[in-house]
Amino acid sequence: MSVQFLVHQDGDSVGVITVEGIKAGQELEGWVMKEDYTIKFKVLDDIPIGHKVALKDLNVGDTVIKYGVDIGKVVAPIKKGEHLHVHNVKTKRW
Amino acid sequence: MDLKNTKVMAYRRENGRVGVRSHVIILPLDDLSNAACLAVEAAVKGTMALPHHYGRLQFGADLELHFRTLIGLGCNPNVAGVIVIGIEPEWTKVITDGIAKTGKPVYGFSIEQHGDHNTICEASRKAKELVQYATEQQRVECSINELWVSCKCGESDTTSGIAANPTVGNAFDKLYENGNTLFFGETSEITGGEHLVAQRCRTPEIAKQFMDMWNEYNDFIIANKTNDLSDSQPTKGNILGGLTTIEEKALGNIQKIGKKCMVDGCLDYAEAPTHPGLWFMNSSSAAAEMVTLVAAAGAVVHFFPTGQGNVIGNPIVPVIKISANPRTIRTMSEHIDVNVNPLMRREMNLDQAGDLLLEMMVRTANGRFTSAEALGHREIVMTKLYRSA
Repeated sequence: MSVQFLVHQDGDSVGVITVEGIKAGQELEGWVMKEDYTIKFKVLDDIPIGHKVALKDLNVGDTVIKYGVDIGKVVAPIKKGEHLHVHNVKTKRW
Repeated sequence: MDLKNTKVMAYRRENGRVGVRSHVIILPLDDLSNAACLAVEAAVKGTMALPHHYGRLQFGADLELHFRTLIGLGCNPNVAGVIVIGIEPEWTKVITDGIAKTGKPVYGFSIEQHGDHNTICEASRKAKELVQYATEQQRVECSINELWVSCKCGESDTTSGIAANPTVGNAFDKLYENGNTLFFGETSEITGGEHLVAQRCRTPEIAKQFMDMWNEYNDFIIANKTNDLSDSQPTKGNILGGLTTIEEKALGNIQKIGKKCMVDGCLDYAEAPTHPGLWFMNSSSAAAEMVTLVAAAGAVVHFFPTGQGNVIGNPIVPVIKISANPRTIRTMSEHIDVNVNPLMRREMNLDQAGDLLLEMMVRTANGRFTSAEALGHREIVMTKLYRSA
């Protein structure tokens, strides 16, 4: 059955919205791909297709995990369910 | 998909290599010769000029790369015959001599002492002969493992890492086992996943060579950067599509090398592989530059996953576009050859998606135009290493 967001694997800090038009307050169903199970989750922001939702509370300096790997650092606090993107996460590389 | 027992109808060139197109190209040595090449293209149906911007006052490794790229494009088995036009005869002869080693017909013309008119006239007479030669070539039955296949993604978004790139990875795993020659690259866009690629190298020596190439490229970026590159890499399109950092982009990118392939060697820009396997090519991450480099190294089919909708094509290599983003598939359907959105809806598994791409590869190899070919995309960009003298 179809889902509205995907998570690459257990332990990732983020999920990816895979449908258009997701609004704040919506209850979504997501698929954790590697371990192959589904979860339910409520989003706190409007989130465009392809953008990420935080699956846990994150503080400044925390590392964001996706694919089980470090994808950058938190530069502004993020609550579980909020939109996670360039306004609150930066690269550690450049 | 049974790759061992599936055949393609393709062109076997004089040197034994297999091509899937039979182009006659009009290749300028330098920027000055573009006008004459375009005039020959206009005069002789079935020819294609490959205009570019460089070829003057280059030196050292940069000049070698320029020559290697032009010779490589001419040698590509998707090309049946070549006209080279340059401003002067000596460097023109470097290119024609390099291409002639394949045994395919190639003729060089130079403009100085002749002018554009006489050059265009003489080159057009030979170009017409080449078109008649090329159109008489017959497709013959070839094995799939004779196809050299490259990959590079573009205007990626998070759907690329979830579905379109893993689809290429699945197809690459199957082609690898089948004995194909495969390419990947995009040195800067591995940043964040370089340790994972190093772990996939077949020997410690190959891993060291890979890390040396990656470190050299990364040092160059760090030496020249003026900020955190968040205005360039990820691109504005990547960011609109939801990718936040280079690390996230890289982890999506390397899904293209699948789960089983090992990296069997590293190649310099536009360098041809010497045996089957998966090859890493040190290369720019800009789409047209990278695809031009693998075309010059001998790739005959290219897999190009896209999230937000990069529209690139290549003049001589069919570029197959794969997307999983439902908005891109809806708004840019004319550009997409393989739709793997059902993977994200759990209506298709990765094995099925990989087969869908391989089936499109076979149809393309048999002659079906890709979307990029039908739309006339022929982007070609020469990689330039540094300023000219």
